[in-house]
This record gives sequence, structure tokens and C-alpha cells, in this order.
Amino acid sequence: MSKSVIEMPPKGGFSFDLCKRNEMLAKKGVNPPSFRKTGTTIVGLIFQDGVILGADTRATEGPIVCDKNCEKIHYMAPNIYCCGAGTAADTEAVTDMVSTQLQLHRYHTGRESRVVTALTLLKRHLFNYQGYVSAALVLGGVDVTGPHLHTIYPHGSTDTLPFATMGSGSLAAMAVFESKYKEGLTRDEGIKLVAEAICSGIFNDLGSGSNVDICVITKGGKEYLRNHLQPNPRTYTSSKGYSFPKKTEVLLTKITPLKDKVEIIEEGDAMEEE
Amino acid sequence: MNFMASKQPENSLLGPEADSQRTLYPYVTGTSVVALKYKDGILMAADMGGSYGSTLRYKSVERMKSIGKHSLLGASGEISDFQEILRYLDELILYDNMWDDGNSLGPKEVHNYLTRVMYNRRNKFNPLWNSLVLGGVKNGQKYLGTVSMIGVNFEDNHVATGFGNHLARPILRQEWHENLSYEDGVRLLEKCMRVLLYRDRSAINKLQIAKITEEGTTISRPYSLKTYWEFSAFANPAQGAVGTW
Repeated sequence: MSKSVIEMPPKGGFSFDLCKRNEMLAKKGVNPPSFRKTGTTIVGLIFQDGVILGADTRATEGPIVCDKNCEKIHYMAPNIYCCGAGTAADTEAVTDMVSTQLQLHRYHTGRESRVVTALTLLKRHLFNYQGYVSAALVLGGVDVTGPHLHTIYPHGSTDTLPFATMGSGSLAAMAVFESKYKEGLTRDEGIKLVAEAICSGIFNDLGSGSNVDICVITKGGKEYLRNHLQPNPRTYTSSKGYSFPKKTEVLLTKITPLKDKVEIIEEGDAMEEE
Repeated sequence: MNFMASKQPENSLLGPEADSQRTLYPYVTGTSVVALKYKDGILMAADMGGSYGSTLRYKSVERMKSIGKHSLLGASGEISDFQEILRYLDELILYDNMWDDGNSLGPKEVHNYLTRVMYNRRNKFNPLWNSLVLGGVKNGQKYLGTVSMIGVNFEDNHVATGFGNHLARPILRQEWHENLSYEDGVRLLEKCMRVLLYRDRSAINKLQIAKITEEGTTISRPYSLKTYWEFSAFANPAQGAVGTW
């Protein structure tokens, strides 16, 4: 009688086979490469007509700034956006994945996506990976049931809050929110407060820096203010700027456009649907 | 007669018994202290909690004391080490008074003394587990400085220890300015203490504010801050999706 192969449960999640080898290597001084983390200050708050999300734009690889102007506010649905802190690859991949799942769900149901749907999809995925997918997210949006703001932690727990901050600069930003937030803020007050909180993170936390990105979501639509504030401009050392040496004679001026003129219909990501 | 018999010093670097003499962890701890310079002198605030690990064991610990005529000391960290530092300073002030020469130790001198004490203790791997804030006024000169348990010291217009570094300093950096009035200074300190109360798990809602000016020191009676919990999202977080969490 031949023994049949034992039925293995379907493979999913991570395989931890190489952990012992990695431990042994680390003891010998061979360390794995550090992850590209986003350092980060991300915030969200609920105002009168909806939700405002804010983020800084610095991405770090250990002590080095590897991207001075990255985008941390990710598109999920026309009415839902998500800020991500933690390992950059994890936040990108997870938000992309849930964004496509939401689109398929929209086609299936014929309705606008709800924020709790995105929340549940994200939280289920993150819990499944037991915190190894290092993505800490601030999810905000407006749907038929109203404006919503949630935080999601890498292990899969979530909170529903009127104002939230995540990332290494979260304490500096939270100090601003806790002292200045009130209910029923107008759009301009909200944007000002979010910008203030992100600036607090930028200037008081080493893992955050560069510019402020803001996204305002209301029932009517969304407004993505990329680089709303640039409090760290690059200043050239020479005030004169660049001048050609001596008397450079201009022989010929010919301008060749690199691309044929294309009619630009609307601004927006190709991935986004209007 | 054995002249060669040498007595082993008790705190020798070698010898396992010596380790039990060193501070390894703090036991009863106080949380942050926040202080700033204002028009007439220094304002300092600290709550009155002494935590024993995760228990709130003591709720009436005075973590700010006046030193001599010109200084005010606030401490966070191990309470017993703070009491020891007060004894050292007592002796220092006493010896200074005994000279009876009309001079008295000002805040700068006391700060320097504390720095030396803390740094030397850390070099012996036996630190006093505190972060100290030293403020004072002497001859019209305001002084505000801080020393940590490893001996890092500096002076500034506003300082904070512990969690105050992360939560209170961003607020102070934005809103402090020269020549704050007394009311504005107290309001600013209370703003910082309120954020700490919301976001520091070892903070309690019972604090004292101390003021030191050319005239002298006053430490207020303990009082509590008003807090606000009425956000609608707190009242009903599952709105829009019943059964969620």
C-alpha cells in the first residue's frame, strides 16, 4: 500500500526558512541591506465638509535622504486617499493592491466605494502578515455615509478618529493637533492646521523634511495640492546665477521641441478615473 | 606582619559583587518637566506623579525644589536619585553660606556643579537616573539649563525632559518669544502640559507651576487642567458602519 502524499494546506504568507541563516550571518557581521523607509509625518483631520490629508515628502534609507520629493498620499478611489508611513515598498504595494480591488468591486456593485471597505481590505491583508508588512496608514475619504478618517497599524488594528497622525514625526504633529484642533473647521482653517502640523514634523523630526503635500476630499470631489508648501527651498550660492564666460557669440538659435504638441485635456494621473 | 596584604577596593572594576552597587534601572520615576524663560524670570511646570513601572504609585511627589536664593531645580526620572541630588545641593549651599561673604551661588554655578556630578557618575557606570532642569535669576540675568543622566548639558530659552522633548518642544519652538508676560507664559506651559496629559501614559492631571524671579521662588498649589473629550467621532466611532471597530 503506497502512502499518498500528505495534503499540504494552501501556501500563503511568508516563508521563514532562511531566518536561521540570516541570524547566523548577522552575528558574523554581514547585515541585510536597510529598507527604504519613509521616515515621515502623515496626518489627517475631519473638517466641516470632509477630510483633509497631509504628508511630508522625505524618503530615507537609514541616515541618508534618498528621495527629497516623494509622494506619500496614495490614490485609492476617486473619493478615498491614503497616506503611508513605514517601508515605502510596503505602503506602495498595499495601497495599489487595495485600490485595484476597490475598482473591481465598484464595477461589480455599480456603486461608489466606501471608506470602510478600503479599511477592511487593508486591515485583513496586514493582519494576515502579522505585522511583517510594515505599513502604517492614514486612510481618509468621503462616501455616501459621510466623511471618515481611520488609522491602520502594521499589525492590522484600526482606529476611527477626528484627527490622526502617524510616522516618526507623529508626536510633533500631534502636539499641534491636540492644542489647536476643534470641530467644524472651515476648509482654509483645516488646510492651515494640517500644513502647520506637517511643518512641525518637518522641522522637529529628523526623519521628515522637504515639502508639504495636501489632499482635500469633499462630497463634491477631491483636490490634490502637491507641494502646497515648500518651506525648504534650494538656494543657489551665487546671486548672479550662471553667465557664459567672456563674450560668447551667438551664431545660431534653433529651438527643436522634443515632443509634438499634445492636447492636454485634464490634469490628473493616468491611473485615476474621473 | 603582612605589609603586602592589600585591601581590595570595594568598587573595583573587576568582581561580580561590584555590579550590585550600580544603578541598572530606575524604579520610581517622574515624567516630563517643561520650563521657559519669560519677562521676569523662569516658569517651570511638572506634574506630581511618581510611577512604579506601570502603576501610578505616588500622586503627591513634588518634583520641583528651590535651591539657595537664586535657583529652581526640576527633575524627571528616578525619584530617589533626585532626593540624593537635593542632599548634595544642600551641602553645597550650606558650605557656600558658611563663607558668609555676601556671595551666593547663582543658577549658572549650580548648573555647572550638577553637570560635573552627573557626568562623573556616568563615567563610573553608576548614573543618577535623572534629567534635570535648572532655572534661576541672579542680578537680573535669567538662566535656564538642563542636564541629562549621561551628562549632556546645555542652556536655552525653553527646555523639556522626557516626553516633553517630543511633544512640548515643537509647540515651544513655534510659540515662544522674548518677553512673554506671566499670564502668556503660564498659558503656554499649560498648553504643553495638556498635550502631555493627553499623550503621555505616565502623566497625571495634577500639576504645579513654579516661578522664579529676582524676588524669589513661588511654587503653586497643585491643580488640574481642563480636558475636552466631546468630539463626535469619539462618541460614535462606528458611525456609518455598525459593528465595525
